[in-house]
Amino acid sequence: MTSELPTSVDRTLSLLSDERYLADRPLATVLYLALRQGRPLFLEGEAGVGKTEIARVLSAALGRRLIRLQCYEGLDVSSAVYEWNYPRQMLEIRLAEAGGTQDRERIASDIFDRRFLIERPLMQALSPQEGGPPILLIDELDRTDEPFEAFLLELLSDYQVSVPELGTIKAPAPPITIITSNRTREIHDALKRRCFYHWVGYPDAAREREILAAKAPHVGAKLSAEVVAFVQRLRDEELYKLPGIAETLDWADALTQLDKVTLDEEAVDSTLGVLLKYQDDIAKIEGSEAARLLREVKSDMAETRLT
Amino acid sequence: MESGTRPEGGGIAGNILAFARTLRAAGLPVGPGAVLDALRAVETIGLDRRDDFYWALNAVFVKRHDQQELFDQAFHVFWRNPQFLDRMRSLFLPSVTPDMANQAEQKELARRLSEALTGEQPGMAEQEEEQEEVEIQATLTWSDKEVLADKDFESMSTAELEEAKKAMQRLTLPLGRVKTRRWQANPRGRGIDARRSLRAALRQGGDALPLLRRKQRERPPPLVVLTDISGSMGQYSRMLLHFLHALTNDRDRVQVFLFGTRLTNITRQLRFRDPDEALTKVADAVPDWDGGTRIGACLADFNKAWARRVLGQGAVVLLITDGLDRAGAEGLSDEMERLHKSCRRLIWLNPLLRYDAYAPKSQGARAMLPEVDEFRSIHSLNSLAELAGALSRTQPARRSARLEWSEDGRRA
Repeated sequence: MTSELPTSVDRTLSLLSDERYLADRPLATVLYLALRQGRPLFLEGEAGVGKTEIARVLSAALGRRLIRLQCYEGLDVSSAVYEWNYPRQMLEIRLAEAGGTQDRERIASDIFDRRFLIERPLMQALSPQEGGPPILLIDELDRTDEPFEAFLLELLSDYQVSVPELGTIKAPAPPITIITSNRTREIHDALKRRCFYHWVGYPDAAREREILAAKAPHVGAKLSAEVVAFVQRLRDEELYKLPGIAETLDWADALTQLDKVTLDEEAVDSTLGVLLKYQDDIAKIEGSEAARLLREVKSDMAETRLT
Repeated sequence: MESGTRPEGGGIAGNILAFARTLRAAGLPVGPGAVLDALRAVETIGLDRRDDFYWALNAVFVKRHDQQELFDQAFHVFWRNPQFLDRMRSLFLPSVTPDMANQAEQKELARRLSEALTGEQPGMAEQEEEQEEVEIQATLTWSDKEVLADKDFESMSTAELEEAKKAMQRLTLPLGRVKTRRWQANPRGRGIDARRSLRAALRQGGDALPLLRRKQRERPPPLVVLTDISGSMGQYSRMLLHFLHALTNDRDRVQVFLFGTRLTNITRQLRFRDPDEALTKVADAVPDWDGGTRIGACLADFNKAWARRVLGQGAVVLLITDGLDRAGAEGLSDEMERLHKSCRRLIWLNPLLRYDAYAPKSQGARAMLPEVDEFRSIHSLNSLAELAGALSRTQPARRSARLEWSEDGRRA
């Protein structure tokens, strides 16, 4: 299924929500701009707020292929863009010799052919794909190092790559590019300047309840309301790593697996590891602090029910 | 632009231009390219909804999360009534206006000029006096309240400045290099460079395959410096700032933080080539010069807000402090442990270490010592030079500096 790019911010919103991704209006605005103007979208934010998910959802909604490049330190051209298939090339040389070909020029032009090129994600994104230009997801750019960033800068300005033995390969139409970063390092301004920048924050309670309802419909209404209220309170605490939406979903799921229909102290303490990922944070919240948060949640819920 | 409050395109374009200028004045790096981008974005989005308009401009002008607030204020002030602007500008302008900077510069110039004209030469006696002053200052004194006075520390005498500068030029701090995951051609390398080998083989007709080699590229690890600027450190921090300035300009991937009662990142200020200009900017940025120290709280700030951003890729941390903590080392050992575990190597530089009788007995020092990999003195230019030497050696495996001190606090 292939559909056209959305023509307004509202359509972008509904496109995402059809795929059960509940974006807020700011995000939809930026996404719409990026789609219309064919420029990369740079999403920054804490882990677990749905940055990567956007690309998946777009790929499904637009019927485009999703090409993902996971970044890591030392990522280089041979694993990000292309590499020659050396064993096949050597085999080809032997075959040519066995066949009696002596012409060096001919061998060279034979073995440096696109057939022997192993395409890595960035090269794939520049090649024509079924259903239109693909979605190129460059995930966690902050994990790689500056040289790769500089290379990316060049790629994102012209959408072309030059292979010395082959010549320049240019994309027929630029891919829809989404770059994410967890901000473990500042990305250089030059790269950001080419992109639309957006900071993805934590959702408010109402939106988080909607997300939970859309993503985990099997969780009871009461439990999910309590889970969201608890997590929202937790985000106001002084913690090293605050729980993201992914953690909320995991937690609601875990509690349901344990047949809980409502939060209680024991359940919170025994499943806290799903929400918090640092021992210091767990030690801080476990026990009395969790009990206090839980009491606040319960009394809030009681009040809203009365009014 | 099908509808909107301002019918003709010229008006909105002019306003966006003016808005961009406002942002620039407020300290956002907004170039002419961004203005064009903003215009195109607004054309695409239309002027139907104020929030769409806001987020479209936001996507173009804001490039870092910490700029968001500034943009938000500027947007709401500007687009309510642009005429208000001149009056409101001072609200979201950073403290340095061009005029003030000029004044400071002129004052500085005048002072140096007068020194130069009276022909005052840096005398040895004067230096010795100063040396003594340093020693007196180092006795365990620190103020109990946060001194928020902006101290003008750039009025260093030319003699001091010159000597420090000369010494700093020698100190390039060649930090031991670490292997990266990138390769470079090298005849004595271990790996085989398949691509170059194959090309070389072809050049000879493909009969023989010469094995060309490559090795892993090396580069120095990032460096993060945390410097104590409390009252008890006063004299040293002033000297060290020059050292830090030289360091920042000598190599890439250096981050410098100052802390007293609060933590300030001064990396950007130190990027200015001219030491005087850089130090003026630092003085403006730091509110807690010569106050007390809350090492634990500042390290907690650092661990929370910065550690994950600047300690990636195996950074080496220099922690420069005397370990005298006003807050009674509250939470210090936990924060030190976290810091130690998130960096490649943690080096504590303590000016008090030059006293033979010094033992890490204060609460702060006792909390910190178990978590540092190396414990060195830093009180004179000589010790700085020694430090440079030590850092350029190949780095030993992690070991706790505590091993050097026996239980009763005596050097083993």
